Amino acid sequence: MSESTIQIALVLPDLLGTYGDFGNAVVLEKRMKWRGVKAEIVPINYGQPVPDSCDIYVVGGGEDTAQTLAVKHLREHPGLQRAVTKNAVVLGVCAGIQIFGESFTRADNVTHPGMGLIDSSSHAGGSRAIGEVVAEPINGLFAGPLIGFENHQGRTTLGPAARPLANVKVGTGNDGSVEGAVQGRIVCTYLHGPVLPRNPALADMLIEWATGTKVAPIDLPAVAAMRAERVRAAS
Amino acid sequence: MNDSPARLPLRTAAAVKLGNLSSTLSQKMGLGAGGMIGGRVALKLDPQALNRLTQGRRVAVVTGTNGKTTSTMMLARAVGALGEVATNHSGANMPDGHVTALSKQPDAPYAVLECDEAYFPAVAGASNPSVAVILNLSRDQLDRVGEVRTIERSLRDAVNKLQNCTIIANCDDVMVTSAAWNAPKVVWVATGTGWHHDSASCPRCGNPIRWQGEHWHCTGCDLARPHPNWITADEAMITPEHQKLELRLTLPGKFNQANAVMASAAAHAMGVPADEAVRRLRSVSNVSGRYRTIQRNGRSARLLLSKNPAGWSETLTVVKEANHPAVLVINANEADGRDLSWLWDVPFERLQGRTVIASGERATDLAVRLTYAEVQHSIVPDPLKAIDQMPQGAVEVIANYTAFRDLNARAAADE
Repeated sequence: MSESTIQIALVLPDLLGTYGDFGNAVVLEKRMKWRGVKAEIVPINYGQPVPDSCDIYVVGGGEDTAQTLAVKHLREHPGLQRAVTKNAVVLGVCAGIQIFGESFTRADNVTHPGMGLIDSSSHAGGSRAIGEVVAEPINGLFAGPLIGFENHQGRTTLGPAARPLANVKVGTGNDGSVEGAVQGRIVCTYLHGPVLPRNPALADMLIEWATGTKVAPIDLPAVAAMRAERVRAAS
Repeated sequence: MNDSPARLPLRTAAAVKLGNLSSTLSQKMGLGAGGMIGGRVALKLDPQALNRLTQGRRVAVVTGTNGKTTSTMMLARAVGALGEVATNHSGANMPDGHVTALSKQPDAPYAVLECDEAYFPAVAGASNPSVAVILNLSRDQLDRVGEVRTIERSLRDAVNKLQNCTIIANCDDVMVTSAAWNAPKVVWVATGTGWHHDSASCPRCGNPIRWQGEHWHCTGCDLARPHPNWITADEAMITPEHQKLELRLTLPGKFNQANAVMASAAAHAMGVPADEAVRRLRSVSNVSGRYRTIQRNGRSARLLLSKNPAGWSETLTVVKEANHPAVLVINANEADGRDLSWLWDVPFERLQGRTVIASGERATDLAVRLTYAEVQHSIVPDPLKAIDQMPQGAVEVIANYTAFRDLNARAAADE
């Protein structure tokens, strides 16, 4: 795999790109490139078939109607689901956590089928969760804290096959106590910021999963300063 | 003018008087510019104040994500050809700002009101406008204003309810077109500007939107780019009578040409001949401090305001022409939107190779974005100090909303 180019599929950026989540793909690409690993971003737009051959899939947040269209498209063109059976690495943000689950129920009480990739279901919460989040990764999965900005109506309940990503210290996350989900090589989170620029250790964990190689940290002073500032601002 | 404003009922008149007094007090005590407090007091005392203060006047309301302040100023300048115009300045664009502006000019027979998109339904409902201008709709302050499609929906419902109102709508913007599609009377303007990232799917039926050059159509329903009545050409505009008029604006950039054509079409709908409208609005040069140049220790810094990805994208195009050093200033207060995720939607990669300083209260968030865009930069949180650290000569300063407001006030105090 070291000789080939790591392909990062940016899934439906035209529908699920509302919150700058394109940045997640950029961070993965640059952190591989800076370490001499060839990587490229492959945008998959609405109306195009979804390939099953990419190494990493990045799915962002979107508005309600866009989310419904996205899940319809991804069910009609099940390249992402096939890629998961071939061990692809997947990051789902915000809408991602909802559409990857078994089902999601909107504020209008209509339940939509999800993609069934993770053992979870989502429903509309009472109030919209908006603000900075600080959470501690569970079992030291990656170096914490996990930080980000949440802006969502949905609440998510995990089944036994999915594990939460982190314990919430500040903010709401899935349900007020835990945040995100991990199942196999799929990672989901409600956090924007975007999440990978905010959390380089999480980005590197996904890179290690995709390349099968341990990577050394990269010293980026701006990132360290920003993380310290955000944690201070949230607490 | 025979349509001078109606006499105010006693309650409104008293509310207006007390409101004006609060504005004056606010200014005298150095608490604020007085742009909103007066209106806030008046609205508390008389919730119908906006409706009563607009009765008997011909009202134009200007809304959209970007260009509201500039277009409002241009339109007010153009409508000045017909008589005195009451207008809200400096972005005080919610009902309290409108009431303040109208109270200060009770006898003006015309009103041109800049209106925050989220308040448009309430303001249009209360002020019975004869013209409503919808400039553009794109992602902005998602945590405060909400998502673009929600805004489009509320504008659509509001516009459809307006009687005897001409909608001036940008037909190069899918969201605006959808909002104005069923309105009884629409004048379509081809502005040539477009942020297409929020309209991959139809806001009405959800099917993909297909673009072919400047034309676009929905693949699922009948929504399609209407035939424009006004066209923005290069540095010029073409009127419905096929007359070509040179714009020759003082303000830079394609988006200001778009603002000028939208304002001309609106002025025309209010009764100003197109050539006179352009002649008058051409003189707009300084919009609440935007585009002005300040001198500091041998540096001439041009101040530019950009609030969201579409605005930043346009501004980066304007500053591309000369390779001047750039100070970028970012805050994330409530009025800016507290979520800075949008920085990743801005093509900062275009600044590679330039001298750049990241500044503002959230300079480090910007620095992270610039790091991944591979733009060399340093961090100086105070924007005036950042300007001083640049080489002598021309400097471009691009700031978002509260960053710009604070910088502009400090620069004005220094002068």
